[in-house]
Amino acid sequence: MSAHNRPLSPHLQVYKPQLTSVLSISHRATGIALAVGTLLLVWWLVAAAAGGEAFDTAQGFFGSWFGILVLFGFSYALMYHLCNGIRHLFWDAGYGFELETAYRSGWLTVGASVALTLVAWIIAAAS
Amino acid sequence: MAEFTLPANSKVKIGDTYKAPDGAKRVKKFKIYRYDPDKGANPRLDTYEIDMDDCAPMVLDALIKIKNEIDTTLTFRRSCREGICGSCSMNIDGTNTLACLKPIEDVKGDVHIYPLPHMPVIKDLVPDLSVPYAQLASVEPWLQADTPPSPTEERRQSPEEREKLDGLWECVLCFCCSTSCPSYWWNGDRYLGPAVLLQAYRWIADSRDERTGDRLDALEDPFRLYRCHTIMNCTKTCPKGLNPAKAIAEIKKLMVLRQ
Repeated sequence: MSAHNRPLSPHLQVYKPQLTSVLSISHRATGIALAVGTLLLVWWLVAAAAGGEAFDTAQGFFGSWFGILVLFGFSYALMYHLCNGIRHLFWDAGYGFELETAYRSGWLTVGASVALTLVAWIIAAAS
Repeated sequence: MAEFTLPANSKVKIGDTYKAPDGAKRVKKFKIYRYDPDKGANPRLDTYEIDMDDCAPMVLDALIKIKNEIDTTLTFRRSCREGICGSCSMNIDGTNTLACLKPIEDVKGDVHIYPLPHMPVIKDLVPDLSVPYAQLASVEPWLQADTPPSPTEERRQSPEEREKLDGLWECVLCFCCSTSCPSYWWNGDRYLGPAVLLQAYRWIADSRDERTGDRLDALEDPFRLYRCHTIMNCTKTCPKGLNPAKAIAEIKKLMVLRQ
């Protein structure tokens, strides 16, 4: 029996999702979302430079319900990545590794990113 | 590139069911991963119904009961049954732990038992740990010093210096942490994993060891050390309550401080 025929034990299929891993993969996912979202920002700026017609198209997209949904997601990704990034800076400095602290900072990241996103949109809607 | 699904030969099929004896009042179902290397068939999930009125409290007790009374072919590692030897590490109810330290009543519903995740399976709940053991050997986990020891006394250490080893020496090398780490799942061939890095730090932190620089040099690598992304599944799952994530962070800090 060759060792190469050995089956691989289940991993993602059986491992329970928990705050530690879920926030970590969310950090990566929001990072990717931010990179893609930045292309939209580039599109908007290039359209502004290209002239009225192109700018109207871009504005039309960002003003549509789908455009607003994308912008809302983009802004949440930004706030989440920012908050969790600060959490990572504390870790890099050697703080916050006790399990209880890591869970507290994790939930704080979730709460703060939701709150900051809502505040940003309330300010945007009011102005 | 990370493979998120299981290879075709590793997909788990539904297995056999072993009914509880008649008259059993408190029945608990144990769904256990089975793989027989002699059959060449895919792994399967067998169900064993156990009468909890006739079973000791820990998951390991149930496994031993199954092996003794229901199915002698069930294979798993165990020795001390009190969390000292680190043999009975496995995935129980979705997280890695030692079966001997896991009370059955902590599991709501059926008790799902798998081998340590993302490892080659030798048989049933016995994974092949050759790679993590080789990785452990690679960090040379023993005291290394050029200064010859005094012929009349041991190498002295102050209580403060000794205290730095607390939370490190207690590791029983069960590899629950390494096999809970998604980074180790995807890069286990080159990333050393939390268990081995905790051992590396145990010698880096030892005041009597004189090879700190060499040890750090050996870890200064994008994969061996820096595949740790502070996910913290390791600390969450450690059955001994240790903190591999913090040990790895201390190594990373030393890397910066020595520049």
